[in-house]
Amino acid sequence: MTKQIRQLDRVVIRFAGDSGDGMQLTGDRFTSETAQLGNDISTLPNFPAEIRAPAGTLPGVSSFQVHFADYDILTPGDAPNVLVAMNPAALKANLADLPRGADIIVNTDEFTRRNLAKVGYQASPLDDDSLAGYVVHPVALTSMTVGALAQQDVSKKDAERAKNMFALGLLSWMYSRPYESTLRFLERKFAARPELVAANVAAFRAGWNFGETTEDFAVRYEVKPARMKPGTYRNITGNAALSLGLVAAGVRSGLPVFLGAYPITPASDILHELSKHKRFGVLTMQAEDEIAAVGAALGASYGGSLGVTTTSGPGVALKSETISLAVALELPLVIVDVQRAGPSTGMPTKTEQADLNMALYGRHGEAPVAVIAPKSPSDCFHAAIEAARIALTYRTPVILLSDNYVANGSEPWLLPDVESLPDLRVEFATKPNGEDGTTFLPYLRDPETLARPWAIPGTPGLEHRIGGLEKADKTGDISYDPANHDFMVRTRAARIETIPVPDVEVEDPDGDARVLVLGWGSTYGPIGAACRALRQRGLSIAQAHLRHLAPMPANLGEVLRSYDRVVIPEMNLGQLAHVIRAKYLVDAIGYNQVRGLPFTSAELETTLEEVLKNV
Amino acid sequence: MSEPVALKLTAKDFKSDQEVRWCPGCGDYAILAAIQQFMPELNIPRERTVFVSGIGCSSRFPYYMNTYGMHSIHGRAPAIATGLSVSRPDLSVWVVTGDGDALSIGGNHLIHALRRNVNLKILLFNNRIYGLTKGQYSPTSEVGKVTKSTPSGSADAPFNPLSLALGAEATFVGRTIDSDRKHLQSVLRAAAEHEGSAFVEIYQNCNIFNDGAFDQLKDPGTRDDFLIRLEHGQPITFGRDGQFCVVHPPGGFGLEVRETAQVSPGEIVVHDATVADPAYAFALSRLPGLDLRNTPIGVFRSVDRPSYDSVVQSQLAAAKAPVTQTPEQQLAGLLNSGDTWTIV
Repeated sequence: MTKQIRQLDRVVIRFAGDSGDGMQLTGDRFTSETAQLGNDISTLPNFPAEIRAPAGTLPGVSSFQVHFADYDILTPGDAPNVLVAMNPAALKANLADLPRGADIIVNTDEFTRRNLAKVGYQASPLDDDSLAGYVVHPVALTSMTVGALAQQDVSKKDAERAKNMFALGLLSWMYSRPYESTLRFLERKFAARPELVAANVAAFRAGWNFGETTEDFAVRYEVKPARMKPGTYRNITGNAALSLGLVAAGVRSGLPVFLGAYPITPASDILHELSKHKRFGVLTMQAEDEIAAVGAALGASYGGSLGVTTTSGPGVALKSETISLAVALELPLVIVDVQRAGPSTGMPTKTEQADLNMALYGRHGEAPVAVIAPKSPSDCFHAAIEAARIALTYRTPVILLSDNYVANGSEPWLLPDVESLPDLRVEFATKPNGEDGTTFLPYLRDPETLARPWAIPGTPGLEHRIGGLEKADKTGDISYDPANHDFMVRTRAARIETIPVPDVEVEDPDGDARVLVLGWGSTYGPIGAACRALRQRGLSIAQAHLRHLAPMPANLGEVLRSYDRVVIPEMNLGQLAHVIRAKYLVDAIGYNQVRGLPFTSAELETTLEEVLKNV
Repeated sequence: MSEPVALKLTAKDFKSDQEVRWCPGCGDYAILAAIQQFMPELNIPRERTVFVSGIGCSSRFPYYMNTYGMHSIHGRAPAIATGLSVSRPDLSVWVVTGDGDALSIGGNHLIHALRRNVNLKILLFNNRIYGLTKGQYSPTSEVGKVTKSTPSGSADAPFNPLSLALGAEATFVGRTIDSDRKHLQSVLRAAAEHEGSAFVEIYQNCNIFNDGAFDQLKDPGTRDDFLIRLEHGQPITFGRDGQFCVVHPPGGFGLEVRETAQVSPGEIVVHDATVADPAYAFALSRLPGLDLRNTPIGVFRSVDRPSYDSVVQSQLAAAKAPVTQTPEQQLAGLLNSGDTWTIV
């Protein structure tokens, strides 16, 4: 039958199912197909910490949301236009997020009495009128998949498992996605088991063909490619981009990268990724604990590597003592904190920005470090290079505050020209620096950077001892002199405070905004989308986003004071707002949520509009 | 790096310009002097030698060695040294630690360094007390020890450091005594030659807080009857006239001490440090009684196993296939891998 084709400018689809239904993979493939087409994309995976929660229950629901459009977008979308619900739990867990009129594709095979009862449905919502406000497409996904694979040489279980490919095929047809990359992917994934390649490809095609033939789907949609800057793109998650940024920092500095890490959600993927890049001289060590991970990284830095450790909040707490040692030793060290909801184990697979205080202040003694945060998945690449640049140039620990939202979310990444990346080459000390020409002074500073010489073991004539005891200025000898300690504490503070960082840029296209919204880290997308929406409605609002949290940009105070109101949305209880108020005496307003989920742009739009009304 | 033929270094070359600040009479002085005298024999340039320590009296050691050195944080020296050693296989990395540093706060790092077989020489100065914090009992203090923190006597059983190291399957395990310079240097020599982790316990006297802890092993009147000097390939006999020996008791798991006159010469265990099963060295480590009677010193175990460093470095070398591309070109290739698309 001939289908009507309708043009859309943007669509948000959420794939939801049981943890074992392969929803992350399905979403990932749909995203890849969409990227190939040239839409702008933003994705949001949402999954439980349990590897396999009891099947069919609400805690076991795993979902993947993809937002794609023919223009540039900033977020994975507030509300899905389409929900693919593989079972009653997936429907129940996600229904509240759907606007009226949304399409719901349900796998009717899973709507059994038993499965309905598991999530507290007395009767099937497909049979009453509780879904009357939505466009429901009942599809017997499992049985049709099994039917389509009847002639294939696979077990019934393997056939049932291919139902996610049936769903992918159907959605790919609905939105006119190019699917060659998925077929290639399946060939790679199941290379060792050709029968599974055939089964999954057949399931995908059956889903596609079902869309084409069934009358239930009368309309097919197209979303034209977005007008994006020319260049080569790939879709990338924050954790992958961050890993590649560290590899790039190794190449651009000419130093081996040493990663010490202990497995922790949501940072482990960085360890996995970097362990693949040995040919770039990247050495990864899975340590016995978080403390050993940072200790080994610091030991490697002492030996002339770019020492890196990756973790999440609880791990940073354990590393705190070693970070203070690195402050005293004045050696380069990059600490990546992929923040998750805390305190304690909290919600390990959910996002939050509540480690800012810990990054800025969470150490004993006066122990300042540099702190920076990426604003989007692809920005993690550049943020990692910037963290390495500061660590290497200023011989200091740098904390890079990523979070679960940017770490697991993805977006198209305009691949950079490698030669345009910063030159991070360093010079190790090679000869005595004392006035007598024979003495080596390990704490004699570069007057410009205040960095001390990096004299690595193996360098003849520069043998010296360093340690956690307070050191005398210049000589580095143990010192208990009161004036020296005061001087050293102030010098370590000045070392960080005087690192030159770029001015914060303000986006105020109307030029007459009286309200500034200030953010940091992963809230960039939702804040930006909210500001755009307000401007489209004729309202003026200015947006500034901080990459550098320590030290802060030199122009920040002036920027803050030039607006009548400053609003700071954060996924914590006001940690940046607290700093801004204390440091700049600006009466900033906080907007705070700690729900484990990113802000929606709609809620920010409403909040900011309220502020605008009251200025 | 090629080894220089002969560096002609002396003990003086290994003395730093820092004033040594241990208490007068501390056993650490003797160990420092023994090591400074021993180092030239290794013929390793000073700049390629690194001492890493944790916290405690013994951990001040690196300040006094004119090599590279790091006085780090409590318990973490093995972890820090692991990062240094595995990333810099050209260095000779030594860890100096104490019974509290290595076995209490840093126990985890110690056992993991040993099981990985990191190429570290770990010297544990065991004085069975916390000295720097002024006299609390340590994880090697005997049960019932009365200290400032245990006025009624300590309630917990001590670690046997060698048993612990052997349980972690350390590839080299030895013990020596601060006051016996010749023996100390002989064990260090064997440790330095070992590829992989070498764990050496050094009995060290704290004359302030636990004076005389090892006197029975040092007193000319008792030491020969208390000490078992292990010699690879030699039957294990000891005592002033060799009147004691070590045997495998029939039906038992471990080793026992007997009077030599009561056993046939064939029953006496011939020491073999290369026995693959750590159970043998473990049995040796269990011989001493509470009064330090039957304390073996020397090399308990020395077996070959690839070091963590060498395995990691060979993986890195294998991954670096000969390429004509510059690192930047390789990086561009990496960034452009996967599903990419181009917008013109």
